[in-house]
Amino acid sequence: MAETLLEVQGLTAGYGAVRILHGLDLQIAAGEIVALLGSNGAGKSTFNNTLSGIVRASGGAVKFAGETITRAAPMAIVDAGLIQVPEGRRVFPNLSVLENLELGAYRRGKAGKTANLERVYSLFPRLLERLTQKAGTLSGGEQQMLAIGRGLMAEPKLLILDEPSLGLSPKLVEELFALIGTLNREGLSILLVEQNVGQSLEIAHRAYVMEQGAICFSGLPGELLANPALKRAYLGM
Amino acid sequence: MKSDEKAYPPPAMLDPAILFASVLNGLTTGAVYALIALGLTLIYGVLHIINFAHGAALMMALYGVYFLHEKLGLDPYVSLPIMVPAMFVAGYALYRGVIARASHGKDENILLITLGLSIMLENAALYFFKSDTLTIDTAYTLSTVNIFGAMIAVPKMVAFFGALATTAVLLLVIGKTSLGRAIRACAKERQGARLVGINVDHVFAMSFGIGLACLGAAACFLLPAYYVNPQVGNGFVLIAFTIVVLGGMGSFVGALIGGFLIGVVESVGGLLLGESLGQIGIFVIFIIVLLFRPQGLFGARA
Repeated sequence: MAETLLEVQGLTAGYGAVRILHGLDLQIAAGEIVALLGSNGAGKSTFNNTLSGIVRASGGAVKFAGETITRAAPMAIVDAGLIQVPEGRRVFPNLSVLENLELGAYRRGKAGKTANLERVYSLFPRLLERLTQKAGTLSGGEQQMLAIGRGLMAEPKLLILDEPSLGLSPKLVEELFALIGTLNREGLSILLVEQNVGQSLEIAHRAYVMEQGAICFSGLPGELLANPALKRAYLGM
Repeated sequence: MKSDEKAYPPPAMLDPAILFASVLNGLTTGAVYALIALGLTLIYGVLHIINFAHGAALMMALYGVYFLHEKLGLDPYVSLPIMVPAMFVAGYALYRGVIARASHGKDENILLITLGLSIMLENAALYFFKSDTLTIDTAYTLSTVNIFGAMIAVPKMVAFFGALATTAVLLLVIGKTSLGRAIRACAKERQGARLVGINVDHVFAMSFGIGLACLGAAACFLLPAYYVNPQVGNGFVLIAFTIVVLGGMGSFVGALIGGFLIGVVESVGGLLLGESLGQIGIFVIFIIVLLFRPQGLFGARA
């Protein structure tokens, strides 16, 4: 196995007195696609936001690319190359498509901005057609492309994709998963947080299942799919 | 007194020349209103709060210009490169040091904090500077220029072009720079801004600083033809708030057009109805806009 890129140990976090994450362990090696599955309310987005520094960890440790980033500020985490494409896209609706992409390189990837823009255009030709359009006027699928493009502009070492297939048509979902595979083959490590279990497990190298703020399964996708009890209990399949 | 009033014939109110002069005067005042409203609308657009301390901050800036003139002999226009950065720094520090700390991330707290600040500043001014109304004398205070027959005071002409130039600079900063992009990003999507690594607290403080810097410029343009006392900001902030709502909360174009509109309405209203009733027109327009276009002239629908 390649070197460990992200190492999470005993992570706890929550909002005020409400604890959401109860000691979560997870590793991602460089070059992997790791799927993080789990039902609504399992704490997946809280986990992402804790990794990104938006929710403050109350305990445990997060090591990323050799640095400890537990409780680091969101900008420091972006600087380190851990980039999240959040659930609900969170593009800047009042800014043009180009401005959204440029803001992706606000802290990281400034030197390679021109080349990275070209790369995003070649991945998403639709964005090139709509460069001057306000992001808020794009369709859901286009906004998802923009959110991923914005994330890529920061030259991520690890890209977290939080529910990228949410609200997309089946055809777009198909394209999206193909794209995730392509990005990974080009060397990008990806944490794929999804409710779309079937397609996620098809492209993931390893999978974690989360329940009530902790990991309840970790292993190969095949192991998960081969175990009817696990599938029924955690994935509703 | 009564017999005196009767001795004068009523003014020829609808004489086109007088009306023209009145409109020009209104535009010059309106430009300064617009500048004050721009600061308010910027802070609203980004922080989603009404800065109740806006008037008090303007008052402080006016005192700053006054004392720079009285103590150091600096012309108000020469004070621009001092007052604009000084107000920016004051705004930045105020946000970082007081507002952000005391608000604990709740917008409604910021509202109360700025209200409290305005009361404190006003009373501090009352204590230190007394309630006297102060004016400055410059060589050009009483000079006028002739524009197609209308005599317009030189300070008002300077204020007009100065306010326009400041507005242009502000729009350029917001529209074209990396900071401006970050400001607009934080205005609508704070979470997204954090995730691309924008220091949102810094951007908020910058916006607050720029909002107050507009007041620093406005104060330099105002004082040669105006006065300062501890309550001077209240009238302005009420008008600026009207302009912001009229133009559409957070809209820069709206603040600019709204400023001119209000300036002209006030001026022409004063001409037709008398000085003390002149402001009625402002609030009539305000109510009409709220009735028929509640998002404001240039505001986006919520």
